[in-house]
Amino acid sequence: MYSVNYHRATSVADAAKLIKSGDAKLLSGGMTLIPAMKTRLAAPSDLVDLSRIKELQGVKVSGKTVTVGAATTHYDVASDEKLKKACPALAQMASLIGDPAVRYRGTIGGSIANNDPAADYPAALLALGATIVTNKRQIAAGKFFTGLFETALKDGEIITAVSFTAPAKAAYEKFRNPASRYAIVGVFVAKGKDGVSVAVTGAGDDGVFRSKEIEAALAKNFAASALDGVKVPAKNLMSDIHASADYRANLIAVMAKRAVAAANA
Amino acid sequence: MSDVSLMVNGKRVSGTAEDRTLLVHFLRENLGLTGTHVGCDTSQCGACVVHVDGKAVKSCSMLAVQASGSNIVTIEGLANGADLHPVQAAFKEHHGLQCGFCTPGMIMTATDMIARHPEGLDEATVRAELEGNICRCTGYHNIVKAILAASKTMAKGAKGKAKQAA
Repeated sequence: MYSVNYHRATSVADAAKLIKSGDAKLLSGGMTLIPAMKTRLAAPSDLVDLSRIKELQGVKVSGKTVTVGAATTHYDVASDEKLKKACPALAQMASLIGDPAVRYRGTIGGSIANNDPAADYPAALLALGATIVTNKRQIAAGKFFTGLFETALKDGEIITAVSFTAPAKAAYEKFRNPASRYAIVGVFVAKGKDGVSVAVTGAGDDGVFRSKEIEAALAKNFAASALDGVKVPAKNLMSDIHASADYRANLIAVMAKRAVAAANA
Repeated sequence: MSDVSLMVNGKRVSGTAEDRTLLVHFLRENLGLTGTHVGCDTSQCGACVVHVDGKAVKSCSMLAVQASGSNIVTIEGLANGADLHPVQAAFKEHHGLQCGFCTPGMIMTATDMIARHPEGLDEATVRAELEGNICRCTGYHNIVKAILAASKTMAKGAKGKAKQAA
């Protein structure tokens, strides 16, 4: 790892000042950034640690509105009793990220700011129609995830929370790479007042996306059987040594079926 | 350079380290606690797992300065003098190690896992919870056996204590 200057922010306002120093990066759980710095894929001059800022932590549920602080860890999301009642699918999804040690450190804000094309949270937030709240503005999930490791965030902008309306039904299913355990295909299905939305991670060659074919079939009939014979086009899907685009296309339909069955269970 | 002050295995320690120093290197090189191992150095193997404020985390993926102010428990802090911790005793009894390189991380992960499952553990849960710890010798079989046995011993111990308290 190259030399770096560490700063521990005491508040979001403090972090917003500190992030202006040199070529600084925000640090939350560090489960991607620290390994990236170790391999010298990332070399920020300064790190601004957000993980001890109290105002960024915790899950709030008020009626149907769920708000998750940006520095809330995967473990805290997975084990939050209020969330397990309001939106069990999101708690379940968080319990499938990485491994237990990673879930203790990694955060929702860090995951979506990084926008890894195989990360789980982007699929959940896109399907839930979530709003990403920053220290400057609110951004709809549909406009937030803009490509591989790319987001709508501006330089120095800090995610403070994520909020969404709890869906009537939802579930997440993923097919893991047997070695890395990242999603080869992950599908988050949500049925809310605005209809059905289905978001796919791990497969798109431009990152997370919504599957129109599956959404159309489920809008008519929210049942796993409604997806019998539905073909997802392989165009714009990733092909690599782990899975071809055709295989991923097939997996999307299979994972969507399983997710709908779980959401209806 | 930053000052790093920690509570490690019940003792207050402090030192100065470069900001880029990983917690595992601070523990091993500054404090001489070489029980915590560096296996893969890419956050996958779990040989470096220690408890930071009661949570089992990978000390190769955290800066020492990030941990400053925290309470750390390493493998050296588990035994009570010559008496092994129940998880250590179970690994010995059930032959849960061969070369022993992954063992400190396995044991620190296991103690955290047992604490999070007071209702008890089954084999499937133990195997799923060991997702972040890699062992290249044992095939995991005896590790799983040891953790299940330790979980039972510790549940009995907790019940005994509750009876004493009552």
